[in-house]
Amino acid sequence: MTGQSYKLVSCTINGKKCEKMVDVRSSLTDMLRNDYRLTSVKKGCEVGECGACNVLINGEAFNSCIYLAVWAEGKDILTLEGLMGPNGEISDLQQAFIDEAAIQCGFCTPGFVMSATEILNSGKLYSKEELRKLLSGHLCRCTGYENILVAVEKTMKKRLGVD
Amino acid sequence: MEVGKSITRVDAFDKVTGRTKYTDDLCDAGAYVAKIVHSTIAHGKVLSVDTSEAEKIEGVVKIVTCFDLGQYRNYFPTAGHPWSTDVSHQDVADRLLLTDEVKFYGDDVAAVIAENEVAANQALRAIKVEYEEYPVVTDVLEAMKDGAPQIHKDYPNNILKHTSLSRGNYAEAIKEEGLTVVDRWYNTEPVQHCHIENFICYAYAEGKRITIVASTQIPHIARRVVGQALGIPWGDVRVIKPYIGGGFGNKQDILYEPLCAFLSLQVGGHLVKLDCSREETFFANRTRHGIKFHIISHVRKDGTYAARKIEAFSNQGAYASHGHSIAAKGLGAFPQLYPCDNVEGDAYTVFTNRPVAGAMRGYGIPQAMFAVESHTEDVAKIMGIPPIDFRLKNLMPQGYKDAFSKNENYYDTFRQCIEKGKAYMDYDNRVKELSKQTGRVRTGIGMAAFWYNTAVWPISLESSSSRMVLNQDGSVTLQLGETEIGQGADTAFSQMAAEVLGISTDEVHVVSNQDTDITPFGTGSYASRQTYVGGFSIAKTAGLLKQKILDYAYILTNMPPAITDIKNSMIIRTTDNRELISLRDLATEALYSLSDSRHITAESTAQIKSNAYSFGCCFAEVEVDIDMCKAKLTKIINVHDCGKLINPALAKAQVEGGMSMGIGYALSEVQLVDKKTGKVLNDNLLDYKLSTCMDHPHLETAFIENPEPTSPFGTKSLGEPPVCPVAPAIRNAIMNATGVGVNELPLRPEKLYEYFDKAGLLK
Repeated sequence: MTGQSYKLVSCTINGKKCEKMVDVRSSLTDMLRNDYRLTSVKKGCEVGECGACNVLINGEAFNSCIYLAVWAEGKDILTLEGLMGPNGEISDLQQAFIDEAAIQCGFCTPGFVMSATEILNSGKLYSKEELRKLLSGHLCRCTGYENILVAVEKTMKKRLGVD
Repeated sequence: MEVGKSITRVDAFDKVTGRTKYTDDLCDAGAYVAKIVHSTIAHGKVLSVDTSEAEKIEGVVKIVTCFDLGQYRNYFPTAGHPWSTDVSHQDVADRLLLTDEVKFYGDDVAAVIAENEVAANQALRAIKVEYEEYPVVTDVLEAMKDGAPQIHKDYPNNILKHTSLSRGNYAEAIKEEGLTVVDRWYNTEPVQHCHIENFICYAYAEGKRITIVASTQIPHIARRVVGQALGIPWGDVRVIKPYIGGGFGNKQDILYEPLCAFLSLQVGGHLVKLDCSREETFFANRTRHGIKFHIISHVRKDGTYAARKIEAFSNQGAYASHGHSIAAKGLGAFPQLYPCDNVEGDAYTVFTNRPVAGAMRGYGIPQAMFAVESHTEDVAKIMGIPPIDFRLKNLMPQGYKDAFSKNENYYDTFRQCIEKGKAYMDYDNRVKELSKQTGRVRTGIGMAAFWYNTAVWPISLESSSSRMVLNQDGSVTLQLGETEIGQGADTAFSQMAAEVLGISTDEVHVVSNQDTDITPFGTGSYASRQTYVGGFSIAKTAGLLKQKILDYAYILTNMPPAITDIKNSMIIRTTDNRELISLRDLATEALYSLSDSRHITAESTAQIKSNAYSFGCCFAEVEVDIDMCKAKLTKIINVHDCGKLINPALAKAQVEGGMSMGIGYALSEVQLVDKKTGKVLNDNLLDYKLSTCMDHPHLETAFIENPEPTSPFGTKSLGEPPVCPVAPAIRNAIMNATGVGVNELPLRPEKLYEYFDKAGLLK
């Protein structure tokens, strides 16, 4: 194929050091889905509009569809798969998504969970309105966002020990 | 009791850990990639397709054009309706796999099969299509005029279908003295479903058969349509439906399953994947129908209707798809919501050169309710009657029975729903407080009511099949043709099965994915039918399974089925509730018995010959900045009577999602099409304004649980209803804040400007 070239990308994915030759035109979404089979990273628009492909890069939430795979060199990447503990444990935030019925079709869920993970890792107490703004980069057509917000807010408050 | 409990979704853990597999996650990496050459004109004829440059691109496997269909040039229908063996009731077959007769901007002219996506996209750009262009029409009323561009032959004035209704004598009734005439037009625009997973499918051949794995709501219907489109026996088609990322009706249509299957056959049955981009989803899938309504009411001084008339003009876009069913459903709703002795109605569905309109959550009722409930508010205002009083005077009364559907309003449900909504809004006090507002920012409360059918009987077939298998450990595996599309159907089905079997829901293993080779027949997720219809099937099959279990218990315990039952996974003697044997021990013995080994299974089909009214209302409070022509929704509640709730938490979640869709429909969403070229102007999620979580206030939900007598579980439709009343409630709130009724959706600043300016509100 014309113009095809590859580059070695070394990075940490879900706590594990990884290295693969990657098509330099690939997005991080493509690399994670195709080369590492991390299929929690969803494609809903591929231009950074819907948030379904969200992953944490060095702790910061990014739409991986508009992040080149080669930029991942040396980075620490966390996908939804990486939230699971060694014995199959899930995070308090994931449990809250289950408990609050914040999941319907599930396609936007991975992106929401990753962004919310970043938000809660900040250790800050946000108001509901601030949470709405912080999560507004994610589109969901099933839930009306109501239970997602409740799940994130409840987990935030629980972690911070406030009511 | 398993039914009525807010248990956790059966798929929640898998979804929140990202291990649920959707279509793209399952497709083998060796798949060829198919891309479609979409027309760059809205109406005309393809004269030639030059693929010579594209074929030179490395990685391109094959290019197929509209002139290469050969034996596969079969016109087929796409609507996700049950097939009718009555020819006159069949859907219009007007689609080809690829077409040389372009009818909308984005029509499917050719397809590229390549080894990878980059090569496929390069080939798309290198293909040159030559067209003969015809005039374009995108407006429904323009398309009906004599001399308008003719889009399909055999449909004069582009009218796909026209139906009428008549009750009493409208012409005579309007002669009554002292009537006030309210004559208004209302307009709704096309919007898109915007499920977050775009449509995707892949296909491959095995032997002489073709398998299609697709993101669809309707696997069994897809099998039939692929068979029709390819002109092959339906049994040669296998459709598999994995988890899907939402559908909302777009995937209740056959989108590209037939094309993908055809393309696979063009490359020797090799695995071919066809994955729609977000942009294609906007212009080349389906939309909600934009419908223009004209309503005339003749009202007596006492606030009762003497006569009413409705005309609906539904913009079908380029192909028939679900066609007139949508406008017809809206027309049918009209005389039932506010019964009146003298009614006339006409509904027209009209082809235009717009993207194709199909099924979308609510199926014509969100459009009809916008018109009808806006009109109701207008009439109440003109008559000087408080709008809720006016509604309660005229709404479908308790005891009302529809002659066609045989649906019955068994309870005083509208009053109950409205009372609940009023209480949440503190309606009476708020209305008083808000009655004398002046100034730039004003607040208003509005409401709207609606009813919705459950399933499609008696218009079409209602049938649902299920299978249950008793496993060695006493758990039960459940399979249905009805599909999980995000709404929580699998969980509701599991609860219902557990309820009848006397076991707990976590002992029911529902098989989420449908495979037409394996899964019992069911037509799928649409018409808010599955919990109602699936309920009959589950009750029947579970009854059969239970009988077989109790028969085997007789062998093991000598206690006959007449005095045994299953409770908490134990076989009990009903006469004294003594536990005879656990279901687990029975199941193990039944399979491994050296004297009488049995695989205990049951399967049945339930044909349903009933339907059920589902009811509800929405109350909305808005703050309108008149100078900015901006309406902000500040408070909202939906109240539903969908019968008994199978799972209250999931019901609430479903209503919230529908309210969100209704809010977008009211305030921000519209598919914009350039009138001259027919091109969609906002085919992406930046320019198409889907609500984010910043665009909602808290969404409040409430239920009235009047049990539905026709359902074994007392339940009826809920999937679509939540969308139906939201837009008119918001529109009415804006009217009550400003005095100006905006009769066209969406209620965006540019539209409010037009109406406020005309009303002299802007200085």
